Amino acid sequence: MSQQLLQAVSQAQLRADIPDFAPGDTVRVHVRVVEGTRERTQVFEGVVLAREGGGIQENFIVRRIASHNVGVERRFLLNSPRIERIELVRRAKVRRAKLYYLRKLQGKAARLKERR
Amino acid sequence: MVEGLLGKKIGMTQVFDENGGALPVSVLEVGPCTVTYLKTRERDGYEAVQIGFDEANRLKKPERGHLKDLPALRHLREVKASSTADLQRGQTVDVSIFSQGELVDVTGTSKGKGFAGVVKRHGFRGGPKTHGQSDRLRAPGSIGATSTPGKVFKGQRMAGHMGDERVTVKKLRVVGVDTDRNLLLVHGSVPGANGGLLVVQKAGR
Repeated sequence: MSQQLLQAVSQAQLRADIPDFAPGDTVRVHVRVVEGTRERTQVFEGVVLAREGGGIQENFIVRRIASHNVGVERRFLLNSPRIERIELVRRAKVRRAKLYYLRKLQGKAARLKERR
Repeated sequence: MVEGLLGKKIGMTQVFDENGGALPVSVLEVGPCTVTYLKTRERDGYEAVQIGFDEANRLKKPERGHLKDLPALRHLREVKASSTADLQRGQTVDVSIFSQGELVDVTGTSKGKGFAGVVKRHGFRGGPKTHGQSDRLRAPGSIGATSTPGKVFKGQRMAGHMGDERVTVKKLRVVGVDTDRNLLLVHGSVPGANGGLLVVQKAGR
């Protein structure tokens, strides 16, 4: 009963417009950022390393290789209203749920096979 | 107006605020409570209300007498009332007395931790781990001087029972009120285990 009540609280905030994506996929996340009084949209594109948690707390990590070959990772709350939309760019074939091993790999070795 | 209600802790979750930030919230099932007794200035010297919450399967005879014309209530507590003139015995009060953005004090019984050592109970640092130490890791250290004063002072913090005591968390912000389900969403954590009895009162200014 109490679990149902807890779910009822978060139910209204869950988003239905999130595409189905999995670790290994490349996504483009459009995030709303507030700078002072202005609001604009920022795009963060990279490989999904992991999805964690469930319900309203579900989140995912996106890893992107920025300039000078520096890896940048960002964790997003899946149901956050700050996410404008998520675009699925490319799907990949991977054999595990958490792709933390990609952090140690560079260049050609860090490629993933595309899934069709 | 009643200034507080009884409720139950349901659990914690998170909600997004208007800026998109995630807020940790406690979900409380509050009320509906029945007014069971009014304390008046003439008879008791001050004004307050006794309210009851949750149905009881079985009551002891004295309680049955006290609640003779009312449903069987499991918990009875006294809360403040701004005035008792508009209140009547038997009347029910629900969550709608609280509004979003308001500050509340929540009182409950904390989770029992059993017989706890000094590190957990009082936040002592314990002893060193290395340099030839044996069994000093979570020890309290000295508890006083020698023959002067020749005793351990009262109030010296030592190991003992921890938790399972009355705790009040003050000034929690009400994030949401759901009158259909009798739910109150409060920013932050609240004492006790899920299902524990809570007294939610409007915070004093």
